Amino acid sequence: MAKDKSKNFKNILVPNMAPIHFEIFRNILRHMGYQVVVLTNSSNNLIQEGLRYVHNDTCYPALVVIGQVLDALKNGNYDQETTAVVLTQTGGGCRASNYLKLLRKALNRAGYEKVTVLSMNLASLEKDNHIHVTFKMIHRMVAGLVYGDLLMFLGNQVRPYEKEKGKTDQVIKKWVDKLSDEINHGHALSIRSMKKYTKQISHDLASVETIKKDTIKVGVVGEIFVKYSAVGNNNLEQFLLDEGCEVRVPGIMGFVLYSISARMDAIELYGGSSFKHFIIKFLYNYVLKMENVMIKAIEEEKKFAPMLPFTHTKEIAKKIIGLGAIMGEGWLLTAEMAALCEEGFPNIVCTQPFGCLPNHIVGKGMIRKIKELEPNANIVPIDYDPSATKVNQENRIKLMLSVARNDTK
Amino acid sequence: MVKIGLDIGSTTIKYVVMNEQNEIIEKNYMRHMSLITNKTIEILSNLEKKYPTCQLSISGSAGMGLAKYCDVNFVQEVYSEKLAADNLLDNPDVIIELGGEDAKIIFLSSGLEVRMNGSCAGGTGAFIDQMALLLHIDGTEVNEYAKRYEKVYSIASRCGVFAKSDIQPLINQGAKKEDLAKSIFYAVANQTIGGLSQGREIKGKVVYLGGPLTFNSELRKCFDDTLSIQGICPENSLYYVAIGSVLLESKTINLSDVIERLKDYQHTSKYQYIDNLFSNKDEYNEFQIRHSKHVVPQISIDDYQGKAYLGIDAGSTTLKIVLIDENNNLLYTDYQPNNGQAIPFVCNFLKDLYIKYPNIQIVSSAVTGYGEELLKAAINVDWGVVETIAHYTSASYFMKDVDFIIDIGGQDIKCFKIKNGYIDNIFLNEACSSGCGSFLQTFANALGYEMADFAKLGLFADKPVDLGSRCTVFMNSLVKQAQKDGASIENISAGLSISVVKNALYKVIRTTPDQLGKNIVVQGGTFYNDAVLRAFEKELGLNVVRPNIAGLMGAYGAALYSKKHVPTKSTLRNLQEIEQMKMEIVDTHCNGCTNHCLLTIHRFENGQRYIQGNRCDKPITNKASNDEFNIFQYKRKLLMSYQNKNDNNYKRGSIGIPLVLNMYDLLPFWHTLFTNLGFKVITTGFSTQDIYIKGQKTIPSDTVCYPAKLVHGHIESLVEKNVDAIFYPSMTYNLDEHLGDNHYNCPVVAYYPEVIQVNVKEIRNIKYINDYIGISEKQFPKKFLKILNKYFPDITLKELKNAIEEGKKEYLNYHHLVDLEVDNIIRKSREQGKQIIVLAGRPYHLDPKVDHEIDKLIVNLGAAVVCEDSIARRSKKNPTTVINQWTYHARLYAAAYYCLNQDDMNLIQLVSFGCGLDAVTTDEVKDILEKKDKIYTQIKIDEITNLGAAKIRLRSLLSAIGERNGER
Repeated sequence: MAKDKSKNFKNILVPNMAPIHFEIFRNILRHMGYQVVVLTNSSNNLIQEGLRYVHNDTCYPALVVIGQVLDALKNGNYDQETTAVVLTQTGGGCRASNYLKLLRKALNRAGYEKVTVLSMNLASLEKDNHIHVTFKMIHRMVAGLVYGDLLMFLGNQVRPYEKEKGKTDQVIKKWVDKLSDEINHGHALSIRSMKKYTKQISHDLASVETIKKDTIKVGVVGEIFVKYSAVGNNNLEQFLLDEGCEVRVPGIMGFVLYSISARMDAIELYGGSSFKHFIIKFLYNYVLKMENVMIKAIEEEKKFAPMLPFTHTKEIAKKIIGLGAIMGEGWLLTAEMAALCEEGFPNIVCTQPFGCLPNHIVGKGMIRKIKELEPNANIVPIDYDPSATKVNQENRIKLMLSVARNDTK
Repeated sequence: MVKIGLDIGSTTIKYVVMNEQNEIIEKNYMRHMSLITNKTIEILSNLEKKYPTCQLSISGSAGMGLAKYCDVNFVQEVYSEKLAADNLLDNPDVIIELGGEDAKIIFLSSGLEVRMNGSCAGGTGAFIDQMALLLHIDGTEVNEYAKRYEKVYSIASRCGVFAKSDIQPLINQGAKKEDLAKSIFYAVANQTIGGLSQGREIKGKVVYLGGPLTFNSELRKCFDDTLSIQGICPENSLYYVAIGSVLLESKTINLSDVIERLKDYQHTSKYQYIDNLFSNKDEYNEFQIRHSKHVVPQISIDDYQGKAYLGIDAGSTTLKIVLIDENNNLLYTDYQPNNGQAIPFVCNFLKDLYIKYPNIQIVSSAVTGYGEELLKAAINVDWGVVETIAHYTSASYFMKDVDFIIDIGGQDIKCFKIKNGYIDNIFLNEACSSGCGSFLQTFANALGYEMADFAKLGLFADKPVDLGSRCTVFMNSLVKQAQKDGASIENISAGLSISVVKNALYKVIRTTPDQLGKNIVVQGGTFYNDAVLRAFEKELGLNVVRPNIAGLMGAYGAALYSKKHVPTKSTLRNLQEIEQMKMEIVDTHCNGCTNHCLLTIHRFENGQRYIQGNRCDKPITNKASNDEFNIFQYKRKLLMSYQNKNDNNYKRGSIGIPLVLNMYDLLPFWHTLFTNLGFKVITTGFSTQDIYIKGQKTIPSDTVCYPAKLVHGHIESLVEKNVDAIFYPSMTYNLDEHLGDNHYNCPVVAYYPEVIQVNVKEIRNIKYINDYIGISEKQFPKKFLKILNKYFPDITLKELKNAIEEGKKEYLNYHHLVDLEVDNIIRKSREQGKQIIVLAGRPYHLDPKVDHEIDKLIVNLGAAVVCEDSIARRSKKNPTTVINQWTYHARLYAAAYYCLNQDDMNLIQLVSFGCGLDAVTTDEVKDILEKKDKIYTQIKIDEITNLGAAKIRLRSLLSAIGERNGER
């Protein structure tokens, strides 16, 4: 196999989304020879850059992501010829599939014609410029994803109660380094070793000293970027933490499983090759197994409550919306809201970029039905947009929290 | 000890002082004029004298940061209101509260639900104030006017901007302030109910709270009337938020401590800021000297004798008059607000001129702008000039090789790109007015300043607030936040001037500054403000030309135009004719078609008349619009014919198909398919206002596109028709027409049936078929049978396969008929030398309520209209820079490519407001068309029916095309 040319770039810039996951991914890719730099710049200038070079009606995530790249290029010391930017592509019916093209356009307009745009996708889009995704890479990244989800999920359960401020994040940092190292040496990948490590993580985080405290349980769902990215959602998690909440953000694993199962469901809905169905199902079951490992590890510790298994979440979805709704976050977003209610997080912030098309349907559009099924659901949809102000967003969230406090009395 | 509750809202501060029995001892409110911290200190200092220690709570949207800083208990205002209502009222069911910039509905009984307006401030106190400004009355007078109303106009209240475009023409047509005032209140009621009820009925004991509902009895009546209830406005309705906030426990504090903290807070400036405009006086002086060079000399009219040329620019809000001499010098200029009084104003001007200066002869005259036709009819002006041409004429007088003109007026932005001496591209603000002068003015007035003074404040601001580029409504809350963070009035002023510029550049023109060109002329009244001009130059990194008559460029251009085209004898009314002039204005409903447009007819004594409010030429020419050249009309007729295509021998009952979104394309297929299966197929026909209103209350997302909102009403009307089943399938995938790499529908088209399923309760009692269907897939018949058998077990595969075949045949036949008609239109247009416009959008733009019959407007302007799908069928798949995976988008791209090789064919793209995908398609279509220097025109449409902007755009396009052809 020819050497992947992307390895020649001195810097491959990646806009940040979920910090824990992306740090592990970076470590994995670096070890494989890709000089990945996860962008952490977050000044206000970033949105200005986005506005300057991207169509203003484009969805907010595109604006932020592209703005972040441009801001980094302008302020960092990157040589154009040896720098690339990588974005992931899904290729679905949501306009987000166009990010890559929008980024290319914006780079050209801003005078960075020579910076290469790389794609990372499984849908064989952009054959000329992409990171060569190998089985080894997928295998490692998926493992990274499992660990990332677990660390994020448990971290959220400990952080509000920790006795020593910052302790939780210390433990997480330690594990991110350790896991990256293990994965890079080909360890921590098999189901068996995953069992071992997840249990250790769970135990380690459970050992962080905590104090008893009343909190409001708040779930965060939404369009994948603004859901996870602090730059995208005005530091939502921190805000909620400061307001005395325990935050639960459903993991990325759910999105992966949803994407895989959507392909299976498409075959069932519209017809297609049963062989393909078989292969996808195999993959699906494999990832489900990993999810199960994670859940089991969480259940080991009395202190922690696990997430509902994906298969259950999917069953919930069926009560509300058709499984054919697969653009953007599709039925998953709806189901996550209902699942959070079941998990004891009926207070929900539904984040969405202003005018996000799928979320008109699966977010705001489904709230009525969720309320019928879960009468104590207390959902506030929040729009994110370059000029939606923090003060307005926080005011609405505070309203949701007031209602929540009233209910817990 | 007393308890003090402070409610710091977007425009006012209210406070209550209560004793331990929760009785109010003291209360008051005042406008804070954005000096929030100062006013709060003032209030608290007064209270401190009487109550040095107390329990203090703060509530209100502008109080959050302040409360946090001072470590005072903060209560969210809606929640606070709920607490007060629980305490003071006897089992209320619903609270409706309007505030300065917020609108809220709280459902109290059977499950607490709270709704707040999201990102739109339509239907709030600010909206009423904004409208009052437009009517030239004080905000407090609106109620008095509304009391004397006679009739109500329909006004879009979704956003102040849209309402403006509804109201302005009404004002210009002479609608009474009384009626408009009442109409504004109705708009507020509709907006609040439509936007916030979201499917939950407002009934029972309804309570009105907040400023606008407390002070405006007529507004309360509008709510009563719209909801068919009798709401109450209780005592202290202004103070519920303040009262509620003290009902929660809070700690005892010394007011003097809080005041100290507040003083400290004042000095912490934490908002985002950008570069200042001028760093010192010298820079400003240099700037002033540079801009004083571009002048047209003014000569004294008293000393002048001889020929003169008259230019009038009758804009929608202002009227400008310019009179020039043989050497293009100014003899006379005037600039007046229009106020719907253009005719008397111009007449008086002419009369004075004729009497005072008998030795000046006006040998030619021209009028441009919104009131062009009216003035032509009234005083027989020699020439009517399209605005764009007028502006270009005057700009090129100042700069021969001008390649970009940007005009920012009171309510609109017009930009023209010039290439080789003709107008190459036109940008107008359509649905957004935030980059305009009125925007600056509204803020200035709200803060208690005149606009010019306000703008000046910003010249030497040290840290201008970074306000970005967005809609006025959003800007309100940004300004609010900046104020909260302690931004000075100077810095806010500078920030607003900069945002006007950014808005014009990034929202209207949407380009990187370097693409504008090097020779730029700026004009329009807004550029008289040095702060705006400076911000523009800084953003561009370029010096531009601002003529001394920046605000009169349209009129000056018209005057220059009239000088270039001198008629043998000017037809302009002379003194005698002016004195004899009689005018009669009649309002009447046109009976030409079912639209029943409200017509305003001006009749003059010499037989001239001018009709306004019409959508087609019928009332003027007395014949129906020319459908011969309009494929939209042809398609509408074809689609309507399905309503009568029913076999009477139906065995399986009736099935309803809503004529919405993708059904505009697929109706022939589904209709035939179900008819063949033995159903009586019932469709809904085109949308009407009634249909829209019917569905309004169940729309869950207020920002979804208008065509999607219409679906709710169509479904409701099918339910009313008692159909046995409704067929509205979810379709991730569309038909594969092989013009793109995939064949998706957009998420809204694909999944709207799901939204209906969840939000329209009425369909739960009938068979509602919204299953997922892959119409292009091989296994479609088998999969579809399985779905249908769930509802109709007796349908067989053979039957269905046959019905599908018939459906496909009919669908192809429908396309074939359309293609033949398009062939016809193209052939006839070419014979007659007509321009052909590809009016490109989505299938649902065929709905006359969605496209506002822009198709007819184009035909009336003398061009022919063809549709994108038929043109796309003549084209093939072409390379695109964006992912080409949506069926309807692929048609757009293919059609655009086809236009490239047709000299007489131009494409106009219709875009529905809020369509996220069109952010992608518009840029791409534009890029395709510009491969061969075709002019790209985009028309953004929403619920608003005012076609003024669209008309100017279309005329400019056609005249630019005409000019280009003239060159060839």
